[in-house]
Amino acid sequence: MNGWEPVIGLEIHVQLKTRTKMFCRCENVWGEEPNTRTCPVCLAHPGTLPVPNKTAIEWTVKLGLALDCEIAERALFHRKNYFYPDLPKGYQISQYDVPLCSEGRFVVPGPDGDREIGIVRAHLEEDAAKTIHVGGAAGRIHGAEYSLVDFNRGGTPLVEIVAKPDVRSGEEARRFLQLLRQTVIELDISDAEMEKGSLRCDANVSVRKAGEEGYRTKTELKNMNSFKFVADGIAVEVERQIARYQAGEEVMQQTLHFDPQTGTIAPLRSKEEAHDYRYFPEPDLVAVAPPADMVERARAEIGELPAARIRRLEAEVDLDLAYGLVTSGRDALYARVPGDDRRAVANVLMNQLAAAGVDPAAVDGAELGRLVAARETIPRQTFLDALGASADPDFTADPYLAETTVSDAAALDPVIDGILAANPGQVEAYRGGKEGLLGFFVGQVMKETQGKADARVVNERLREKLNA
Amino acid sequence: MIDTLRLTAEDAAGLLERGEASGDELAGAYLDAIEARDPELHAYLHVVGEQGEGVPIAHKDVITTKGIPTTAGSKILLGYTPVFDSTVAARCKEAGLPILGKTNLDELAMGSSTENSAFGPTRNPWDPERVPGGSSGGSAAAVAGGLAPWALGTDTGGSVKQPASLCGVVGLRPTYGTVSRYGIVAFASSLDQVGPLTKTVRDNARLYEIIAGQDPCDSTTVELPEPVAIPEGEDLTGVRIGVPKEMNEAEGIDPGVSASVNAAIRLAEELGADVEETSLPRSVDYGLACYYLVAPAEASSNLARYDGVRYGHRAAVDGDLTALYARTRWEGFGAEPKRRILLGTYALSAGYYDAYYGQAQKVRTVIAREHAAAFERFDVLVSPTSPTVAFRIGEKAENPLAMYLSDLLTIPANMAGLPGLSIPCGLSDGLPVGLQLIGPQFSENALFRVGHALERALGFDFVPERLR
Amino acid sequence: MAITREDVLHVAALARLEIPEGEVEGVREQLGAILEAVGKVSELDLADVEPTSHPLDLVNQWAEDEPRPSLPREEALANAPDPADGSFRVPAVGG
Repeated sequence: MNGWEPVIGLEIHVQLKTRTKMFCRCENVWGEEPNTRTCPVCLAHPGTLPVPNKTAIEWTVKLGLALDCEIAERALFHRKNYFYPDLPKGYQISQYDVPLCSEGRFVVPGPDGDREIGIVRAHLEEDAAKTIHVGGAAGRIHGAEYSLVDFNRGGTPLVEIVAKPDVRSGEEARRFLQLLRQTVIELDISDAEMEKGSLRCDANVSVRKAGEEGYRTKTELKNMNSFKFVADGIAVEVERQIARYQAGEEVMQQTLHFDPQTGTIAPLRSKEEAHDYRYFPEPDLVAVAPPADMVERARAEIGELPAARIRRLEAEVDLDLAYGLVTSGRDALYARVPGDDRRAVANVLMNQLAAAGVDPAAVDGAELGRLVAARETIPRQTFLDALGASADPDFTADPYLAETTVSDAAALDPVIDGILAANPGQVEAYRGGKEGLLGFFVGQVMKETQGKADARVVNERLREKLNA
Repeated sequence: MIDTLRLTAEDAAGLLERGEASGDELAGAYLDAIEARDPELHAYLHVVGEQGEGVPIAHKDVITTKGIPTTAGSKILLGYTPVFDSTVAARCKEAGLPILGKTNLDELAMGSSTENSAFGPTRNPWDPERVPGGSSGGSAAAVAGGLAPWALGTDTGGSVKQPASLCGVVGLRPTYGTVSRYGIVAFASSLDQVGPLTKTVRDNARLYEIIAGQDPCDSTTVELPEPVAIPEGEDLTGVRIGVPKEMNEAEGIDPGVSASVNAAIRLAEELGADVEETSLPRSVDYGLACYYLVAPAEASSNLARYDGVRYGHRAAVDGDLTALYARTRWEGFGAEPKRRILLGTYALSAGYYDAYYGQAQKVRTVIAREHAAAFERFDVLVSPTSPTVAFRIGEKAENPLAMYLSDLLTIPANMAGLPGLSIPCGLSDGLPVGLQLIGPQFSENALFRVGHALERALGFDFVPERLR
Repeated sequence: MAITREDVLHVAALARLEIPEGEVEGVREQLGAILEAVGKVSELDLADVEPTSHPLDLVNQWAEDEPRPSLPREEALANAPDPADGSFRVPAVGG
């Protein structure tokens, strides 16, 4: 980065998984036929009025507490006025100067210790409807002939979290987001799936010289719908800005779109008029003063936060594995699995067990511990089969542990000799320099022994015999 | 033969109870009267003539009625047929009141003469050359002209009280929050209230009883602190009546209006009330300016939903969405809504919010405090409802500011969320004069009591002289 | 604080009202007169006064998170000027 410091402010939208919408009682569901979850309120028919969803308010308080925010004594809803077909009232009910949650912090463990990312605010608002652009290229706005509006998503509850510009790299942004996602999942308030749009992230990116006070012009990166794209997009934009400054050019304030396919960044079409949202207090709603019992109930539902657990795990495994365990929700199982080799336990959980697709919550830790301990002495296929069955209600490791690996050279030699004898051509080729054929011979032996041969011993013996 | 000009709603209920008329006969009498007199008065935009066994009712056409066109007097809602009932319409339906029809109004309830209706003005039953007041002019004219036994209107700056005054009927603007706004085409959300227009105070209390009370669909409503008491006595002993001098001596109050109001005040004293002068200096001085910032600002946002996407008028435009919006709205709205949208947008826009809307919200606090202080000494405040009697059609049509002055005396209490009752108290030049009674929040029963006692003592004949 | 022609056009654009060219000046004059009248509120020094956005001092009016039936789609679209494919059709945005 040669003396340049990236300054990244994240804005995250989390769609709450309440049963009903924010201001009406239409079902809050995903993937239904267009305009089958609407009512006069969310279609903004004349005279209709919003009635807030109490659960959405309580969940926002819960999230605010998890972000160590102050909870407003008296929060207000405001109207944000602008015209767009996905906004049926011509304004979005959001929060402005008195949000439910403000002044918090979110700890992101990193390679150089904990980083504390400030939280400016977390506020509750309603989501826009979905607009499908028809005609033109691939559903994009540009060149579309017309648009179709589906109000099913319109008015569903959305929490917007605004972080201070404390993030310093795309990787850190990724860790922040992963932790935040895991936090809302554990709070049980959102399914937080980036692909579905129930977790969305925009990033304000600028760079400055190390030690420089204040901020330079920032750009806004939008539409990054995976953790990887967030990390990559920010990294590309940071490089672009540094290159411009180094070339003596300025950075323009604009909204950008990261194309993950090409890894490039392009400006979104700028709106022809400046925004003037004319915020004012929503006269159809009264203030929200979260009652003490609601706040305490919410506080009681917050368990140990993912960041704290990562910090504990980091002492046993490395940072990446700790992130992996916690942000995949496997760390509870990890804690239940006995065994001295903690990295081995973590690796099995993150790799083979993950690949087996079993529900970690259903796995008996003690039995899994026995499997992990025996992973070198039972056949690999047996091990994988055991993992696949490990979430079954009556699972026990016993039958799998009974199938030990054949590692006795004396028992394996006849098989190896037979394979070599049956494949003279390949033997000759190997000896002629095609050492890659070793894998072929190992495979043949494994096949012959039904996977029970110890691969390490087979490799050793094969090399010895072929190189003889 | 049912004399709809003379018949009160209570009389009508009596006919039904005693079996002297069937519901159909009763409604039929009103439909006959409508057929005979409405071509001249144009009180109705839409005659429905529902069958039923209760006392029929007319609804101002901002009151959403399922399956019955609701235009709010605007071309922007031409062709719109609601798929739901407003809460007040539903409550009237539950109470068994069949709908006679939907009454005319100033477009989107913006005006004081009903001349702003996109569908032509309503005429005053006392003198068809004159306006009935507004914006609930159709409802007031229908009741005064014997075209409905009672009717509902809405009052934002005086739109029930002022037309009641000009048509010689009784009009209540209830305490903000006591009657649901759900399904009332919104003008200014923090001011809009539904109120009854009737021939007598007792009718008014009965209709208020039907429509009032908390509504889960309107989160700004509350339960009444005490049940509605239908007034009976004629004695005002112990009632403390304050006469705010600014509201009784304001520039522009017709001498004939003052004379009638003063006579009514003297009568109250004779009935036992303690009458004393008081003062509301800033409420009267600044009320109008405050109102014409708050109401247009909220209106500019409330009217943003009329965009030609989900219902109502849509311009034929070859062009993009922005062009469609701008043309649809310019064509659909009349001059007064456009004026108020522009004014309100300006008052909320960046750089002007604090000077205009923000400052007006503070003036509102001042007005509320001034009234609260007055109500430490008085039970009721009195003034003329309107500075003038009904003016001639066209007289103020070209001068919005002159028209706005019609609401000079009704606005202050509205800004403070207070209830106000207008009762006819005499004639000036053969035209009705209204007396405005204002009480603290939730004091409707006191207003009914005082209004009823005065009504009895005054003996005002509510049948327009030319129709007797 | 006289309102200019540019102010009028800016506000009209924000409010999505297409004022025909010939009417802009008339609109400007009317708005100017009204703004002058309502500007009276600035005479008062209210620095220490809290704004009132609501006549009643209520808090926490909300509903439980329990679904109620939505409209059948035909009813949702019944008033639509241009329904298509079960949706509300609009011209391309900024096309």
